[in-house]
Amino acid sequence: MNQQRKAVALISGGLDSMLATQAILEQGIHVEGINFFTGFCVEGHTHAIRKQDADKPKRNNSLWVAEQLGIKLHIIDVIEEYKQVLLNPKHGYGANMNPCLDCKIFMVNKAKQWMAENGFDFIITGEVVGQRPMSQRKQTMPIVAAESGADDLLVRPLSAQNLPATLPEREGWISREKLFGFSGRSRKPQMALAKEFGFTDYAQPAGGCCFLTDAAYSNKLVDLWQARGNREYELDDVMLLKVGRHIRPKPHFKVIVAREDGEARFMSGYKKDFMSMNCASHRGPLVLIDGAPTEEDLYLAGRITARYGQGRDAETVEVTVRTREGDERNIQVKPLPAEQMPQEWFV
Amino acid sequence: MNRQTLNARRLLCPLPVIRTQDKVKTLQSGDVLTVECTDPGVMQDIPAWCRINGHKVLETRADDGEYVIVLEVV
Repeated sequence: MNQQRKAVALISGGLDSMLATQAILEQGIHVEGINFFTGFCVEGHTHAIRKQDADKPKRNNSLWVAEQLGIKLHIIDVIEEYKQVLLNPKHGYGANMNPCLDCKIFMVNKAKQWMAENGFDFIITGEVVGQRPMSQRKQTMPIVAAESGADDLLVRPLSAQNLPATLPEREGWISREKLFGFSGRSRKPQMALAKEFGFTDYAQPAGGCCFLTDAAYSNKLVDLWQARGNREYELDDVMLLKVGRHIRPKPHFKVIVAREDGEARFMSGYKKDFMSMNCASHRGPLVLIDGAPTEEDLYLAGRITARYGQGRDAETVEVTVRTREGDERNIQVKPLPAEQMPQEWFV
Repeated sequence: MNRQTLNARRLLCPLPVIRTQDKVKTLQSGDVLTVECTDPGVMQDIPAWCRINGHKVLETRADDGEYVIVLEVV
């Protein structure tokens, strides 16, 4: 009797990994999914925070994909381990702070460890030759297989026919003929295959699944490191870079201005970690102050706070300044006019 | 049957799911876990995780910015 072979699939929540997994499921392989949470994953966070996204589904696409496929999904927290990938990427960064090739190597390596610990036989990814400029090129796909240690146990079902046969193909665990030869950036083959598999609803790829590919986010991260004089970060730093307007009037302090109620609610959870401000005499946003502001700086921060409140045209606005310990005092400020806020303050 | 509570407040998805997943690994079949969260995304994600893994959602409730899911480990 043939042994039931088992594969672990890297599930991002996008269409490619969904199709790749279905292609292997159709060959009678037992598949379970794995999803790595680096802290920079786009999934869910801003939807959860921002009120303006309230009408968007708050589903986690990797969970949703797993449910559609009828497979288990294991979500793994790799926040700490991922720091080394981000801070010291052997293969460098992409257009922004995205270490895509090192990231893929890291994730496949983690999947290989999981595979060994759980008695699985091979790994599936949704990679397509030529689809991504950094990690999914003909030249870099063998690097992912080799440097992750997965070697010929790494199967890319969507592009398998463009790549050397893997062990599962050579051993006959799966049929190479039933895999695919997709390449390039066109999404048409994937759309057609989705239709063939009967998938009518799937997440649309829009700039990847990682905040590090986003120029504005990357700028904020680099600014944070420069201001601190080192490149250490914690999850709370990563989360706060996703919300609010970040305004740095001076190198040693930054204000984070909530843009709407959802962000204010989220940011209010950080009042014990940062000094904070809000308008007392008018409606206005919650503001967190990062750094070591002087009294003069606090006055400037108060003027910025007032500038984003309903008292922006008033002669003076009363602003509450709150310490981390919760001690409050009010100051009177003149709202800062927009023309006195240089563009370079906006991170 | 053992009842436990998991504090996942201030965490954004998928962290409440990860914490739930890790906690459930330490529990026995029939145990009941109450997960207390502040991210509304959990109302979709934790039940989805339960369906995928065969656990039973006994109750979900939202109250003034707090989201609570009670599940039974199967």
